[in-house]
Amino acid sequence: MAAAAPVTTFATAGGATLSPDHYVDVAYEEKLRLWDEVKADPRFPDYLYGCYECGICVAACPSAKFYNFSPRKIAQAAAREDVELIFEQMNDDVWNCSQCFSCNRCPRQNSPGGLITILREVAVNNGLASSKAALEGYTRIVYKIMTTGTQVSPDMLQADAFPDWGPGVMEVSDNLELWRKALPPETLHTTSMSWQVDDKTLTELYLIWHYTGVMDLIAEVDEGLHMIILDVMEETLEEAGFEI
Amino acid sequence: MTSIIPIESLRMKPRPDPANAPTIDIRETLFELEAAGELIVHRVPEPYVEVMTKYGRTKRIPEQMTWHHKSCGQCGHIPGYSTSIFWLNRKLGFDYVDPTDQTSCTAWNYYASATSNAAAQAGVAMRNFAAAHEVGYYPLIHCGTSYGHYKEVREEIVHHADLRAQVRDIMGKLGKELVMPEEIVHYSEWVHAMRHRFAELQVYDLSNVTASVHPACHYYKLVQEDAIYDPDLYGGERTATVSALVEALGATVGDYSTFFDCCGFGFRHILVERDFSRSFATMRKIEVIKEEANPDVVLTHDTGCVTTLDKSQFAAQAHQRNVGIPVMSDAQFAALAMGAHPYKVCQLHWHTTDYTALLEKMGIDWEKAWIEFEMDVARIERGEIEYLSWEDAGV
Repeated sequence: MAAAAPVTTFATAGGATLSPDHYVDVAYEEKLRLWDEVKADPRFPDYLYGCYECGICVAACPSAKFYNFSPRKIAQAAAREDVELIFEQMNDDVWNCSQCFSCNRCPRQNSPGGLITILREVAVNNGLASSKAALEGYTRIVYKIMTTGTQVSPDMLQADAFPDWGPGVMEVSDNLELWRKALPPETLHTTSMSWQVDDKTLTELYLIWHYTGVMDLIAEVDEGLHMIILDVMEETLEEAGFEI
Repeated sequence: MTSIIPIESLRMKPRPDPANAPTIDIRETLFELEAAGELIVHRVPEPYVEVMTKYGRTKRIPEQMTWHHKSCGQCGHIPGYSTSIFWLNRKLGFDYVDPTDQTSCTAWNYYASATSNAAAQAGVAMRNFAAAHEVGYYPLIHCGTSYGHYKEVREEIVHHADLRAQVRDIMGKLGKELVMPEEIVHYSEWVHAMRHRFAELQVYDLSNVTASVHPACHYYKLVQEDAIYDPDLYGGERTATVSALVEALGATVGDYSTFFDCCGFGFRHILVERDFSRSFATMRKIEVIKEEANPDVVLTHDTGCVTTLDKSQFAAQAHQRNVGIPVMSDAQFAALAMGAHPYKVCQLHWHTTDYTALLEKMGIDWEKAWIEFEMDVARIERGEIEYLSWEDAGV
C-alpha cells in the first residue's frame, strides 16, 4: 500500500492549523446563507463593481506583502459569487487584512477592504469559530471601548504587554499617575480611559449599543464578555432611569 | 526636495476642474436633505480658510470655535500629540472646546474586530456631531481614522434613507437631533491652513532640518476626494497635508519611494499580531526612508502612524536593522518650532525612538528642558500643585 500523500496545512490568523479541505463538512446551503447575508448589506453594491484583474490592489496592499493574502482574490470571488471560496476566505483570509484601504486605489472603484469589513461582520455575527480565534486576546479592547467610550487607556501601557516597545513602556507605567497629572489639558488626567468621558455621554453610548443590536453581536463573540459588559452597562443605565 | 519620483510629476499642473470630478459634491446633497427636513447641516463658522481638495473643489477650514474630537491613541499613549494641538490653538489665541461629552468614534475597534455594525457606527458619529452642534462649536477631528470613518458614515447616511431614519430615531431617543457638519475637518487640515501663521511665530531656524512625511491612509484613501491637494506640491499627485507645513516652516521635505505605503498599524495587528506591524513599519517605511532620504525626523498626521512607526523601531534595532529616526506628528513639530516645551507640551518622553539629535539640530536644549519638567513633576508629587497648568506650559 502506497504511503498517503502528506496533507498540506496552513495557519489561520488565530494560529490554528488547518488542512485546505477543512470546510467540506459545512453544508453548501450554510455557506450560501452567509453569502446572501453579505450581499444583503446595504454597502455591498458600493464596494464591488467588477474586476479588471489588474492587481493594483495587491500591489498597494501591505498584508499581501507578509501574508498569503490577496485583495484581488476577495474581489474576484465576490464578483463570481464563488460561494465555496468566499466561505474559505471568510474563515482564513479576512483577518489578515490591515483595513488601511490602500486597495481603494482600484480603477473600477471596488473596495476589497470594504468587502472584508462586511465579510468580517457576517463572520462575527454568525459566531464562526475562526472569528472567535482571530479575536482571542482582543476582547479586553472590546470591553474597554464599549464600557469607557475610549479604545486604549494609559494603564494598558504595561511592560509585559508591549515588550517589543522597549524599556520606555515600563518607565511610563512606573510614572503613570504623575505623568498624567503633568498634562496641561484637564481632560487627560485619566489613567483608565483615554480622556474623561462624562456619565451622561456613556449612558447615551450604551443606549446606542443596545438599540443597534451590538450587544447581541457581542454575545455571539464571547458570552462571558457579554455578561461583564452588560453588568457595567445595566448599573449605569439603571442609575440614569433606563431599563433594557 | 530630493527627487525620487520623476521630476515631471513635480512640475506645477493646472488646478483640476471640479466640474470633471468623478464623484458628486456630497455637500450639495446634504443641503438638499436639510431643505427636505431630513437633517441639520452644521455650517463652518467664520472666519474660515479655503483650501483645495483632490478634484479641485474648495473646502472650508474653520479657524476657531472648534470642538476637539480627541483621539484614543493620541490621548492614551502619545498625549503630547493632543496637547500640542491644543497648545497651537492657545498660542494663536483661538476659542475652542475640549469636551467631556465626546466618545471615541469606535472605528479602531470596528476595523480591528467588526464587533459593531453600520447603524451603531453611524449612531456614535451622529451623537458626537449633535453634541458639538448643541454648544455651537465645530467638530475638529484629531484622529485620521475617525476622520475617514466619519466620511464613510456621511456617505452611508446620505445615500441610505433607511439607515438615516434608523439613526434619526435613535438620536430622538437620546434627545438629540440628526446633525451633519458641512465639512468633515481633520486637525491636520487646520494645521495646513494655519501653517503660515505658525511660521510667523516660529522661534527656531529649521533650514538645516530634513523631514520625511508619512501620509495617513485613512486621511486620503477613505473617501479620497476630501483630502487637501495642491498643484504646487508634488504636482498635485500627492496630498499636500503635512508636506506643505514642512516647507512653510523652512525645513526640507525628504522624499522616498514608499510614500503611498501604509505604516503597518493594521488595527487588530498592532494590538494582537504585532510582528506584522513591526515588520512592515521598519522594512517598508523606516528603512526605505533612512536609505533614500536619511531625514532628521519622520512626520505624520495620525495616531496609529506615529505609534507604529515610532514604537516598531526598538525591536528592529535589536536585529541590527537600519532604523533610528524619531517620529512625531505635524502638530508636535510645529509646536516645537514655535518654542513649545518638548516635555511639558510635546511630551516627547512618551515616544520611543531617540529624538534628542533632532532637538539639538533645532537648537533646543533638551537636557535643560527635562530638568524643568522633572521639577514640575516633583511639585506635583509634593502636593504643591495638583496638575501642570497651561500657564506652566507657557500659554
